Amino acid sequence: MIKFLIKGLLRDSHRSRLPLIVVALGVMLTVLLTTWINGVLGDSINMNAKIATGHIKVITKAYRESMDQIPVDLSLTGTQELLAELRRDYPSVSWVERIQFGGLLDLPDTSGETKSQGPFAGLAVNFFDTKSGEAERLNLNQILVEGKLPERPGEILVSHTFAKKLGITLNDKVTFIGTTMFGGMTISNYTVSGTISYGIAALDRGSLIMDIADARNALDMEDACNEILGFIDVDYYDDAKATELMTLFNDSHQSGSNEFAPVMIRLRDQNDLGGMIDLMAGVVGIISFVFILVLSVVLWNAGLVGGLRRYGEVGLRLAIGEGKGHIYRSMIAESLVIGIAGSVIGVAAGLALSYLLQQKGLDLSGAMQNATMLMPGVFRTRITTEAYYIGFIPGIFATLIGTVLSGVGIYRRQTARLFKELQLQ
Amino acid sequence: MRTLLTLIIICLTSAIFSQPSGKEILTMIDKNLSAKTQSMTAKMVIGGARGSRSIEFKTWAEGEDRSFTEYTNPAREKGTKMLKLEDKLWIFSPSTDRIIQITGQMLRQSVMGSDLSYEDMMEDPELSNHYKASVIGSDTIQKRNCWILQLNALNEGEAYEVRKIWVDQERYVPLKEELYGKSGKLLKRTLIYDVRKIQGRWYPMKVVYKDMLKTGDGTQFIIEAIKLDEPIPGNIFSKASLK
Repeated sequence: MIKFLIKGLLRDSHRSRLPLIVVALGVMLTVLLTTWINGVLGDSINMNAKIATGHIKVITKAYRESMDQIPVDLSLTGTQELLAELRRDYPSVSWVERIQFGGLLDLPDTSGETKSQGPFAGLAVNFFDTKSGEAERLNLNQILVEGKLPERPGEILVSHTFAKKLGITLNDKVTFIGTTMFGGMTISNYTVSGTISYGIAALDRGSLIMDIADARNALDMEDACNEILGFIDVDYYDDAKATELMTLFNDSHQSGSNEFAPVMIRLRDQNDLGGMIDLMAGVVGIISFVFILVLSVVLWNAGLVGGLRRYGEVGLRLAIGEGKGHIYRSMIAESLVIGIAGSVIGVAAGLALSYLLQQKGLDLSGAMQNATMLMPGVFRTRITTEAYYIGFIPGIFATLIGTVLSGVGIYRRQTARLFKELQLQ
Repeated sequence: MRTLLTLIIICLTSAIFSQPSGKEILTMIDKNLSAKTQSMTAKMVIGGARGSRSIEFKTWAEGEDRSFTEYTNPAREKGTKMLKLEDKLWIFSPSTDRIIQITGQMLRQSVMGSDLSYEDMMEDPELSNHYKASVIGSDTIQKRNCWILQLNALNEGEAYEVRKIWVDQERYVPLKEELYGKSGKLLKRTLIYDVRKIQGRWYPMKVVYKDMLKTGDGTQFIIEAIKLDEPIPGNIFSKASLK
């Protein structure tokens, strides 16, 4: 039966061409959209995790309340002990200390007076301990535009755009002006060893990376930092695992009203990333639903058009005694074949395009000059397991629904009038 | 009945005419607080999230445009100097041997982590040059009768668009002040204590500043010694004196 239907579809291409093209296009778009959204959102989440949020983060209760202002005065203290405890109790997580801070960077002229200056967002990481893996995590070798990574204390990296804006060249001495953890003024000199470009407009406008020991000296933060970041897995954020660890830690660190007590938060609790994670989780369902709906309507119409074209054929089949149900089922079986064939073609095309975008990426950094979110400048798709099967859902369902709806007309034909209708034709 | 009415009218009229206008009150405040020169030794006690800390310094000022401050304690801040010449501000940091000009947004940043901004420090003390005053009521502060003055900025670009000050009716010294931004938001509140007679004028020796946008208990500005209208060597107000 199936073999017979396939032969029919192949010999009468008018019957299958349009639905096949529609299904293949719809499925291709479904696959492409799924991989695109997974890629863009996944990259953004990973980027946020590596640069700012970690998968989980330990901070003080007071810091949590005003985290968007990155207040160094509300930092964690006694961090060596806390870090040892975290490494002991959660050995599967990579823990790193970070200091996020702000200030003013000042470039002197030859007489030592201010030549140019600008505000920056600073990040202090453990550069010199290779075990920390911070240079790899922040991809520093890849984002280095000029110069070299800091090799000794007192050397810093400045974002390339910011350096150009202030007129900073390699090995220039620059001065950091900021506020210590205790509210005092701090002024320190550093040497610019290199410039970096994250490809993220929000960071490239004005950022700086220095070694955490230098930051501790400048900000009067001995045995302190404002954030301890935890990375559960190398690449992907696991929300369930993060929630489990957070609950475990917070339950064992109930400290009443002490505002400087440590508290753990998840990636989803920061930088409005919760919405992005929920969107990623629901995106497959949303895309499938939309495409099933749209394709069904298109294929319903295609079925109606086909029904008109095959009006005579159906009439003849009815006239020679074929049951209405049998004709209806054979048309549904035909659509199933078309749905599967279209889905296979669509998935293959969608995966091919996704692979191309995954490898090459789409550079939209020019359109994101004023972006304030941590989003990558080059957008890439990400092919996941679901990309291989997601296209079949709208592809097959839409074809079936379209045929089921358009084929109802078969039952409205009156056998008594068939020969008259056929005579007229 | 007619006599009673006349008496009430006379009382009301005399009360209205005995109250000076906003402009007159502001002029009297300026007479108390402004001087040709000021030299003082003072300290700021800054109440932060992690307890309070004290910063000691010496300041010399001439008119509205020239002032010089040298921080003397604690060790981390010792030797830091600030020079204001007209609308420019420089800071010298001995640890970096750098003279840094503070401009733009940085002027709105806190001075040494206190509740005062550089802009506050650079402000012209003569309020009548910048604000139009009107008396909007009366109140009692520290058991003293006060007029409440509302000051509206005469020009665009003032750090505080509106100021509300409670002025001691007897000594013409503000005892409380509220500073509002352009949006009408309360940005800072100051309370003034320990008003003393210094060289024939009433002068506040302790002011508590509270930046309403910051956590902490505010900053106490305590004057330990002050000399008014005494000559100051001119070379102190030069960049050369920073190093």
